[in-house]
Amino acid sequence: MDKIENNKAWFLVLPVFVIVAISAIIPLMTVVNYAFQDIFSPQDRYWVGTEWFESVLADDDLHGALIRQFVFSFVILLVEIPLGIALALAMPARGWRASLALVLMALPLLIPWNVVGTIWQVFARADIGLGGWLVNALGIPYNYTNDPVAAWLTIVVMDVWHWTPLVVLLCYAGLRAIPDAYYQAAAIDGASAWKVFRYIELPKMRGVLLIAVLLRFMDSFMIYTEPFVVTGGGPGNATTFLSIHLTKIAIGQMDLGPAAAISIIYFLIILTLSFVFYNVMTRMGTGERA
Amino acid sequence: MKGRSVALIIYFVFLLLPIYWLVNMSLKTNQEILSGLTLFPREPTLANFQTILTDPSWYMGYVNSLIYVVMNTVISLSVALPAAYAFSRFRFIGDKHVFFWLLTNRMAPPAVFLLPFFQLYQALGLFDTHIAVALAHCLFNVPLAVWILEGFMSGVPKEIDETAYIDGYSFPRFFVRIFLPLIKAGIGVTAFFCFMFSWVELLLARTLTATNAKPIASTMTRTVSAAGMDWGLLAAAGVLTIVPGALVIWFVRNYMAKGFALGRV
Repeated sequence: MDKIENNKAWFLVLPVFVIVAISAIIPLMTVVNYAFQDIFSPQDRYWVGTEWFESVLADDDLHGALIRQFVFSFVILLVEIPLGIALALAMPARGWRASLALVLMALPLLIPWNVVGTIWQVFARADIGLGGWLVNALGIPYNYTNDPVAAWLTIVVMDVWHWTPLVVLLCYAGLRAIPDAYYQAAAIDGASAWKVFRYIELPKMRGVLLIAVLLRFMDSFMIYTEPFVVTGGGPGNATTFLSIHLTKIAIGQMDLGPAAAISIIYFLIILTLSFVFYNVMTRMGTGERA
Repeated sequence: MKGRSVALIIYFVFLLLPIYWLVNMSLKTNQEILSGLTLFPREPTLANFQTILTDPSWYMGYVNSLIYVVMNTVISLSVALPAAYAFSRFRFIGDKHVFFWLLTNRMAPPAVFLLPFFQLYQALGLFDTHIAVALAHCLFNVPLAVWILEGFMSGVPKEIDETAYIDGYSFPRFFVRIFLPLIKAGIGVTAFFCFMFSWVELLLARTLTATNAKPIASTMTRTVSAAGMDWGLLAAAGVLTIVPGALVIWFVRNYMAKGFALGRV
């Protein structure tokens, strides 16, 4: 769509700009302050340059947390995006069934994150949880409190349970926005279900999919509350993801300098990757339109 | 078509089992929960719910949460609607950069923002008020609202705007009377997401409040005591946290299901 050049549009954006600037720029400046200085009190502070960054980057614990974080986000995107698209396509289009399916689908999203953690902490337990009990009843030894693999699986399944509905709802809204005429035209042309999906539904879902991938990437990359409640980062360090590592240092040890340095690195990683995703996906979309 | 429905039903079983377990636990006594696995409560009891609904220190948590969540949804929508329109219709200096910058605000790990937020709201005298939490949640909800709304607005043909202006509509009148009804679905979905993200957020809400505006998610941590977890009470509180959200999605479902009225305009 051709857009009109009009700088007065800034007035429409201004309220958003002000609100987000207040709640984002001021905190960010504080973080930068902590990252480059050793602060004992507002009057008593020393410039340390990149010292915090150097010590933090040489830390094996950070490397481990970083690798686990990347593997986790990768697995999550790999499972949730295709599953979300498939489920959105399987959802009934109209009638009471559609309403019911939507309401059910949205349920996990409305549960506070600590409660999600609690639900799975109990549900996956072998003694008082239905899930853990079922898996063990099938003859598979399973105990997420002392087996790293089981802990990982629990966290991944919990995240799939918790967040796939977000992908489904976004894709569903995108699908419903496709005018019936498109499907009628496809039917007249005798297009197969796959062709309808590939050339009508997928391109039309481009916008919502972009949002879904970005949201899922960023939120899975910052995951904190749920694994913290379920495993506390254990067994050992098996499920210590980046934000759990960060919180340990910031709140647990009150090392604000290194913590701020880690957050800046953290922030830059997400920024870079989101930028790449954003560009790749917008380009893919324009290719399809042509 | 058959296979699709079966897959969907299997997924819903997977989705509902953990929730069923929560409801199941909320109707049990603590002794029953810890004494072994029972698929149904042997002696169903509403005692857990009764504790929550009669004790102000419990139910005020829900009221507080609802107040700041509604505030946040209203603020987010009212600032995001004009901005999203600007992004979807006009080119202006720095538009792409601002758009992406907005999104970067969703990326900051909350853990490190706790201290700065705390200092900021303390200095403004807003600590432990509902508006403080509502404003803090704007950090991630406003960018999200702009993004989702922009997507929906871009789907509305620009000829509609032009026709309206030719017919003599002023911008505010056009925006409220013609444009907003066209993107009802988008507004519904956006309001739902704002509500949702604000409702489930715990870290910021807990840090910015002490007693007057204490959210339910934070009240729930009380169930951990020296005597161990009060699983039944925790489960009951958890069940109640699902209710307001389920009501909201029930109202939104029609907007989502109807989709765009594009073909009929």
